[in-house]
Amino acid sequence: MKQTHLNGEADRPYTLVAELTYRCPLRCLYCSNPTVLSRAAASPSPSANARTALPAKAGASPRAEAQSELSTEEWTRVMAEAEALGAMQLNLSGGEPLARTDLEALISAGRKHGFYVNLITSAVGLSQDRLLNLRAAGLDAIQISFQDEDAEAAARMAGRNVHAPKLAAAAWARAMGIPLTVNVVMHRENLGRIAAIITMAERLGADRLELANAQYLGWALANRDLLLPDRASLDRARATAAEARLRFQGRMEILFVQPDYHTDRPRACMDGWGRRYLIVNPYGQALPCQAAASLPNPVFENVRQRGLKAIWELSQGFNAFRGEAWMSPTCRGCEFRAVDHGGCRCQAFQLTGDAAATDPACSKSPHHHLIQSSRARADLLAKSESAGAPARSGQGGASSPAPIYRTFPATVTVPFPGGK
Amino acid sequence: MATDYFPRLSGKARLRVDRVSGATFLLYPERGLRLNATAAAILSLCDGCRNVAEIARAASHGTDIGPGESEREVGTFLADLAKRGLLENGPA
Repeated sequence: MKQTHLNGEADRPYTLVAELTYRCPLRCLYCSNPTVLSRAAASPSPSANARTALPAKAGASPRAEAQSELSTEEWTRVMAEAEALGAMQLNLSGGEPLARTDLEALISAGRKHGFYVNLITSAVGLSQDRLLNLRAAGLDAIQISFQDEDAEAAARMAGRNVHAPKLAAAAWARAMGIPLTVNVVMHRENLGRIAAIITMAERLGADRLELANAQYLGWALANRDLLLPDRASLDRARATAAEARLRFQGRMEILFVQPDYHTDRPRACMDGWGRRYLIVNPYGQALPCQAAASLPNPVFENVRQRGLKAIWELSQGFNAFRGEAWMSPTCRGCEFRAVDHGGCRCQAFQLTGDAAATDPACSKSPHHHLIQSSRARADLLAKSESAGAPARSGQGGASSPAPIYRTFPATVTVPFPGGK
Repeated sequence: MATDYFPRLSGKARLRVDRVSGATFLLYPERGLRLNATAAAILSLCDGCRNVAEIARAASHGTDIGPGESEREVGTFLADLAKRGLLENGPA
């Protein structure tokens, strides 16, 4: 009776992800925002997209950054154009979308265009009054990210101690009847506390709990050796989540997203390139995924220069990895090519230098050894930790690396760990 | 399903017609389910005042589907929505 959605239809966006700003009070070690936010920092990088798409003053200061972002009117036009293409879900994301003083107006505009409006937020800086205003403007649902259940561990991950205000914001959302998703990015540091994290979400009255392992792109790739869990810890956490999923069925939906480094199968990233999702970044660049601007090519077009319909249907960027013609022989001859679409293009590029390569997460990839060696390091580190020996570099190679925090203005060119 | 269960769409879910396919979609946080005509008709009957047997009877009215089969189908569909937390019991 019910049909699984999305099958058998032409590519069309269901979800518009509006990255309203890259400004953010937090510096999470696994942030999905670009690692380079200024032209100066981008100039030695291989990414033509970083050079061409970044406004002249982007990343120079929070003020210059705000001036580089799409205006209320421009976002409203983007929403109208995305809705005309068929998009029904609107995710207001970032950076931290609360940094936009026009967030109320953007929510109203989203509702006016028939969207189901979701706010994806850290909740840092949110007051009870502002949340009332956002709800009154038509906000349908809120997703609040938590780093952990333990405040100190959360502060280490986010670069700032903000656990208590997040708890308060979640309680307000609950009291106002706003459907609440609790999102926790999972990694080596917090997987062992998964049961306590589930209890925290239950106490907050969450409708949904996303336990999503970090995806090792961008900042998370730079911090990979610090974040990637060993296999045994991952398996224990997954079992705990599976048990809780049954226990909370009908009350709180629990999702556990595996890290593709441990599955030997690639993720069906974004349900396939340019098929279901449309991302517009703060400067108006239209992208098939949040990380796509890190690719050197294709060059992605900007909604300030071209209509969204033409970009979605005709642009080189959106068509580059649709269908199967672009695939490597490994993918083209694989029985799973319509299931995983060859995996993640950004991961393929970041690890191999070739965006059209088979995702190294796949066991069939000729680069799969890169994934296997990362996993082996994670297992070794876990062993030396459980043995109680203080891990030091140069003694067997198992040492916990120093964290690389996101900076703003972004002037640090993050090292390229693929070559290690 | 129990006779004192009177399903109604939860406050976080909303129906809307897809402008591309004309199909009805059930939208909820960050997700959407595409409904066929029968599923959409069943949901329009979920007003918090009818139990599952009554919904099944109304949904199969004028068709050649028997009451037992209709109730099973409606029950399966509504149980799936309930698992996703998309139904509440009783009038709004």
